Amino acid sequence: MSAVMGPPDAGGHFGTFGGRFVPEALMPACLELDAAFRDAWGDPDFVAEYHRTLREFGGRPTPVTYLGRLSERLGISVYAKREDLAHTGSHKINNVVGQALLTRRMGKTRVIAETGAGQHGVATATAAARLGLACTVYMGEVDTVRQALNVFRMELLGATVVPVTSGSRTLKDAVNEALREWVTCVADTHYCIGSVMGPHPFPWMVREFQSVIGVEAANQLREFGVTTPDFVVACVGGGSNAAGVFAGFADSSAQLIGVEAAGGSAVGLGMPGVLHGMRSLLLQDDHGQIEEAYSISAGLDYPGIGPEHAHLADLGRARYVAVGDDVVIEALQVLSQLEGIIPALETAHAVAWLLRAAGDEIPARSTVLLNLSGRGDKDVAQVRSILRGES
Amino acid sequence: MTSLDTRLRDLRTRRKALVPYFIGGLTEDWTTYVSASILAGADVIEVGVPFSDPMMDGPVIQAGALRALGNAATLESICHELSAASFEVPIVVMTYYNVLHHFGLERSAELLAQSGVAGVIVPDLAIEELTPWRDVATAADVSSVLMVAPSSPDERVRRIGELSQGFVYAAARMAVTGQAADVGDASRVVGAVRAACDTPAYVGIGITTAEHAREAATIGDGVIVGSALVQRILDGASAQELEGAISTFRRALDQASSEA
Ligand SMILES: Cc1ncc(COP(=O)(O)O)c(C=O)c1O
Repeated sequence: MSAVMGPPDAGGHFGTFGGRFVPEALMPACLELDAAFRDAWGDPDFVAEYHRTLREFGGRPTPVTYLGRLSERLGISVYAKREDLAHTGSHKINNVVGQALLTRRMGKTRVIAETGAGQHGVATATAAARLGLACTVYMGEVDTVRQALNVFRMELLGATVVPVTSGSRTLKDAVNEALREWVTCVADTHYCIGSVMGPHPFPWMVREFQSVIGVEAANQLREFGVTTPDFVVACVGGGSNAAGVFAGFADSSAQLIGVEAAGGSAVGLGMPGVLHGMRSLLLQDDHGQIEEAYSISAGLDYPGIGPEHAHLADLGRARYVAVGDDVVIEALQVLSQLEGIIPALETAHAVAWLLRAAGDEIPARSTVLLNLSGRGDKDVAQVRSILRGES
Repeated sequence: MTSLDTRLRDLRTRRKALVPYFIGGLTEDWTTYVSASILAGADVIEVGVPFSDPMMDGPVIQAGALRALGNAATLESICHELSAASFEVPIVVMTYYNVLHHFGLERSAELLAQSGVAGVIVPDLAIEELTPWRDVATAADVSSVLMVAPSSPDERVRRIGELSQGFVYAAARMAVTGQAADVGDASRVVGAVRAACDTPAYVGIGITTAEHAREAATIGDGVIVGSALVQRILDGASAQELEGAISTFRRALDQASSEA
């Protein structure tokens, strides 16, 4: 158990962040989930089933790859934790396998989820199919158009996709709609949230399900002779892949770096506020109205950040930086051409920060663990049109 | 006891409480709808202060909130208008926690109190996180009106009953605000509230027709009508037309009292 990234207090607070800000109608479900998760996570049979499912079905453990040509170019040593090789192409599977198993254990028969780019929706539909759970995914109408293929994937997997037409019709509105729907069906339905956000116990539970990334990576790095990397770097939307990899290094001397999209930089531009059941750092205007995030990558298009990250930023234990859309496409090309790995646009933000910071904020010859959160297959059409100057 | 506690216990001895909901800033003349509804027999007015992400609201109030935000409605602008209008019936503001959190809890409580607001409903503030707001609000004599849901176990209803001031908002169904076909679980929820405390219980969530209002009023001490009225205003109803609608609800409530 990490001391820095330990459990939150009984009310789900990480320092002054987190908590449970939900309508009374949902409080009993949050309390039930808290008790069910504590019980399951302390049960060796449940934990074994979770790991077995990730191994047999999810493609774990994912390897660590030394990125030799990139390292040579940058004058640092870069190791990548290959979540792009997990089933469905990103770290999202770790979380949904855990939550789907928990859904079944609670005797619920259905999951709902929100999705932005569609990655979490596809992962949820995948785990639901595997465990025989019904699945409905809420997706902003704008995103259903931007990511039409992922809508079709979810449907192929047997899920129902509901376009959300309220508000800005993107990820934050999909979360609102999933929460509203959850009120009506909470007796038999679990809300399978997609990142380390929402009311307690979600931020903690999702981090626990994602911590397999950091735990594996710490062991794998030792096989390369790296006891502690100097830096651990991950992109941050809600912050689940970052929380997962940070969890393996929070008590070490490694510097933890979260890379946000410049247009969705909750740590850089946000203020403390309450949204989606949590107190955290949020983009908001002078009157406390939530502002929309803007990013080239739908998965980072979120105006907030998980509460534990807000706390880690407060403590100074992790540092959060931002990169703009302009450098992300180049980073994606560099990684593709030097290493034969096409990263997701989200992941390319972390790569872009390495390209910018190597030899500067990252001193020469430093050892860096990059969490390669997902593969870029879903993004190639978008990248093609950008490179052709079509958008 | 807060002022709202006293007023609503007194009201209970006289008649069933009719509580229409309006969105502050929905139209430039929104307070004239409030005045009209008071003329037609509203006892308490619920005023929504819009938030960009209204988690407890269905499509009608979402649309209204977006329109009000487009009209640049804010906590301050709505409070100023309420202050100027100085309505004689109690005003209960409904808003989301971030609006208060951002403005500052103490500052919000003071502003609301100065504007004549008697209570506040914050639907995303369950009892677990309530204390900081309730403490500063109570100090300013601004009541915290809490919700009980059909999913609330008896032990929670008891704690909510202890903490809710003015009235208890008995949610008739597991749903967000909207229009519905019946009064749902109102009877069971109000029964739980009655068993837990002596605070007046008002039924809301999905009350759409005068018949629903009559039925809900035979169950509880008051009735909250939201989306059904906001929809009329969104559809362009005049203040006079709204006065007619409120009168119909008033008659339904009075009928319930005479049946009791
Ligand atoms: C590949 C990939 N990385 C990162 C993210 C961002 O989410 P989080 O910050 O929770 O890891 C997403 C979200 O869709 C994603 O698909």
